[in-house]
Amino acid sequence: MEEFIQQIVNGLDRGSAYALIALGLTLIFGTLGVVNFAHGALFMIGAFVAILMGDVLGDIRELGSADDFFKLVQVVEDPTQTDFLGRPLAVETSYWVVWFGENVGHWLSDWSVPIAVVVSIPIMIFIGWAMERGLIRHFYHRPHADQILVTFGLAIVLGDLIRAMYGANPIQAPMPEALSGPIDLGIYLGYDIGTITYSAWRIVYFFFSMSIIAAVFAFLQFTTFGMVVRAGMADRETVGLLGININKYFTLMFGLAAAVAGVAGVMFAPIQAPSYNLGMEYLVPCFVVVVVGGMGSLPGAVLAGFLLGIVQSFASLPSWKTGLVESLGLDDTNLLANLIIGVDQIAIYLIAIIILLTRPRGLMGRKGVMED
Amino acid sequence: MLGLNKKDFGLLLLVAFLAVAAPFLLNPFPESSTLSFLNAGYPALMQLFAIFAIVLIGFNILFGLTGYLSFGHAAFIGIGSYTAMWMYKLLNFNVIIAIPMAMLVTGLFALVIGWISLRRTGIYFSILTLAFAEMAYRLSYSVLTPITGGETNLSPNPAKDPMILKGEDGLTVPHLFGFDLNAKQVWELGNWSFTFEAGYYLCALFLVVSFYISIRIFRSPFGLMLRAIKSNNQRMSYTGLNTKPYMLAAFVVSGVYAGLAGGLLVAMDAQAGAERMFWTESGTIVIMAILGGVGTLLGPILGAGAIKYMEKILSSISEAQLHTWLGILPDWLENAMVYIMANFFVGHAWHLTLGLVFMLVVIFVPGGLVELGQRIATKLSRKKPDVTPAGENNPAE
Amino acid sequence: MGILEVKGVNKRFGGLQALGDVNLSVAENTVHAIIGPNGAGKSTLLNVLVGKLIPDSGSVMFDGQSVLGRKPYEINQLGISRVFQTPEIFAELSVFENVMIPCFAKRDGAFRMHAIGDVKHEADIHDMAAAILEDVNMIDKRHMTASSLSRGDKRRLEMAMCLVQEPRLLLLDEPTAGMARADTNNTIDLLKEIKEKRDITMAIIEHDMHVVFSLAERITVLAQGTPLVEETPENIKGHPKVREAYLGEAQV
Repeated sequence: MEEFIQQIVNGLDRGSAYALIALGLTLIFGTLGVVNFAHGALFMIGAFVAILMGDVLGDIRELGSADDFFKLVQVVEDPTQTDFLGRPLAVETSYWVVWFGENVGHWLSDWSVPIAVVVSIPIMIFIGWAMERGLIRHFYHRPHADQILVTFGLAIVLGDLIRAMYGANPIQAPMPEALSGPIDLGIYLGYDIGTITYSAWRIVYFFFSMSIIAAVFAFLQFTTFGMVVRAGMADRETVGLLGININKYFTLMFGLAAAVAGVAGVMFAPIQAPSYNLGMEYLVPCFVVVVVGGMGSLPGAVLAGFLLGIVQSFASLPSWKTGLVESLGLDDTNLLANLIIGVDQIAIYLIAIIILLTRPRGLMGRKGVMED
Repeated sequence: MLGLNKKDFGLLLLVAFLAVAAPFLLNPFPESSTLSFLNAGYPALMQLFAIFAIVLIGFNILFGLTGYLSFGHAAFIGIGSYTAMWMYKLLNFNVIIAIPMAMLVTGLFALVIGWISLRRTGIYFSILTLAFAEMAYRLSYSVLTPITGGETNLSPNPAKDPMILKGEDGLTVPHLFGFDLNAKQVWELGNWSFTFEAGYYLCALFLVVSFYISIRIFRSPFGLMLRAIKSNNQRMSYTGLNTKPYMLAAFVVSGVYAGLAGGLLVAMDAQAGAERMFWTESGTIVIMAILGGVGTLLGPILGAGAIKYMEKILSSISEAQLHTWLGILPDWLENAMVYIMANFFVGHAWHLTLGLVFMLVVIFVPGGLVELGQRIATKLSRKKPDVTPAGENNPAE
Repeated sequence: MGILEVKGVNKRFGGLQALGDVNLSVAENTVHAIIGPNGAGKSTLLNVLVGKLIPDSGSVMFDGQSVLGRKPYEINQLGISRVFQTPEIFAELSVFENVMIPCFAKRDGAFRMHAIGDVKHEADIHDMAAAILEDVNMIDKRHMTASSLSRGDKRRLEMAMCLVQEPRLLLLDEPTAGMARADTNNTIDLLKEIKEKRDITMAIIEHDMHVVFSLAERITVLAQGTPLVEETPENIKGHPKVREAYLGEAQV
């Protein structure tokens, strides 16, 4: 039982990321009818906003890192010390420390990721706005294949822009020290100490994503804007006929979806060191999530996101797999045994295939969406 | 001739000529000239042109004729490669076994994957193919490592592998009945140097045959049915035609083409890696198809050639070269331009240029290079009053 | 015993009874019209006949064989063709190619692989296609792309595509919907001509009473998913139940 709970908990952070990305994908698909292959790139850009803020606010510097670019440091030569060539040592101090003192400077550096969340929102809304205005808008009346292709092209471009700036290797974002340790969840559930532990940051990530999801739903439920958007998702043409300038709403919608993906990325940066490829890596699972949840269904996207995150976590649990292999009497060299052991790699795709074949509308979708 | 009408036969001849003369045509600049970096007449690169043209010709039979967008086509290339490699390891290095086996095995995979994926249409079909390809990719990197070599790639090991047909001192490089495919003939002609490689000509032969078969398919009743499926699936059913076997046949044919390409890749360079199967590789295939011109005969060849050429040229441009070209600019501008170009558009950043070009094509010339050519041709012919505009709706070449 | 026998067909969509105990018999070689106010279940009935919908209960027999559970292409192979409300043609193909496809279906059945042959060398198919295009007076338009045809010509082309298969039953779903009066009259003439030239049964679903009374030999009036009356056109005019169904709707 402890193991069971542990696996559910383990699946939550990835599930949260899936849910947030899929939520944005579904918002865009539901309102605009556009399949946005660049959505993973938005998640990735969010993660790099965290890296950027880490650089800007950081008080400890690594020399020669690829992102020297964004350093905000004062370089002072310290004549009392020398470097290995015997020259006076150049000491770099963050301006935050220079301006606000050691404590504030250090605090800013430590909490750079949460600060990046705030910074990222306007950035992401702007990017989303620009994408919709500059590109997507001209594709509303083109075939779905064209939309897929042009956003796929955009995803490549965005990914390589980031690569050009940050290089190809993953960069770790720092998490606040206070939240970097593990938390013993088992105690709260009445188990022994150390049975169910989980990184504090991942728990923060889970609650963070839950509140974002709640905020998005509340926004759609209780504001006029949300009402128009929901109406647009149900029947776009009629809303247009009512004399509402739906395009304006859609632009904002796109910005909102971009912001959701962006903050999801920012907070995810300390969990998985992002590289320019992060977007492509998460895009495919997130499409699977959207399809499993049901094209165009927001609750479906969220539900399927968490579900698939947890499924993936269970699929990577070795105990049941070795048990199954043993009970089938297979030895290690058997192909089937190997497939069972490796099921964590393909679990969500298997689920996607099964769902698509047996219930193409997904868990909570309407029938017939995007059949042609 | 060969069951083709005049126009198609002309196209076939054109492609055959391009394939045979590629070592000359792609090396127009003397070795010593500053433009020699634009040359592409190297065997390794020409092989890639031919091999990807084959993939694209097959992909075009599926996507171009029926409109079904497969986002997992790269997996078939990978399957073809692995099969050919295992033929080397188990039997011998003769490609006469490896390549047909690659086609056969890929065809079987395509049959199963197609049979399942074709139960759905539209984006769902794309996602199903994507899911299969991702599964293939992830498994080859993890549990299937004994079969695929995982991260270290799969390559033959003459000391360990059985190679039961190799014989005592059989060749340990890919060959055709003992004829080494790496055999080269270099022809120095003044400042020029042309390389003719057996391997390339094998690829070229397969390319011409593939192209011929694709023309036949385009003009056949089967091709007509596929175009009709793209046009109106519903009417097909209400005309008493079962679209599923037609689609499946198209899917398998295009899979076999990709398998052939995978086999050829291994015939040229005896190693196979899983990175060939990542879904962005499938995306690149789609990009090539769009760039060339979907549903046209020449489009796939143009698209594959253009992208592979861009890749080679852009990735080979160095900062020093940029400095020489931009030398006439004022220094500050030169440095700024070189910085931007080198970091964002050329060298290892060439993908960015690719993405941009691709987006521009989708936005402005959805018909790709073939449409661009036709547009230019009509513009030119309009200026001459006595030329009548191009004929009626023949399916575009 | 008619060529098409519908017995006790029921179909519910959630709480809506779309078809309630529909019985219908279409006699061979007649033109049978099915009329009724909006929402009477005409389209649902048609979709049941062509295999797109499966009824909850009841049977649909065509020439002694059950239609239910068969796929649309199998039903077509039995000898039922369908004309749609908006002409369903292969818009990107030429008129001639449009007609060739049903010719292939007629000759080769539901599937046959001719991957390497050449369409141009199929002489019998060409003859068949040319003959039917002559028949509907479209032979001079055979090189045009289907999407560039006028609405009336598209309808004509669709009809030709159905006729080339020599169906025994032709289902027409509002064949003149959205047409100008002249086009409507052309279509009526075309249908009359078709009927004169060959043995064919037609079932027409139609709003336009002008069309119905120019063509139909029997008329079934459907209201709220159930047939009210089945009569000859003369007897339908002024029939009290029919008036009630239509005027009742008008008051709502």
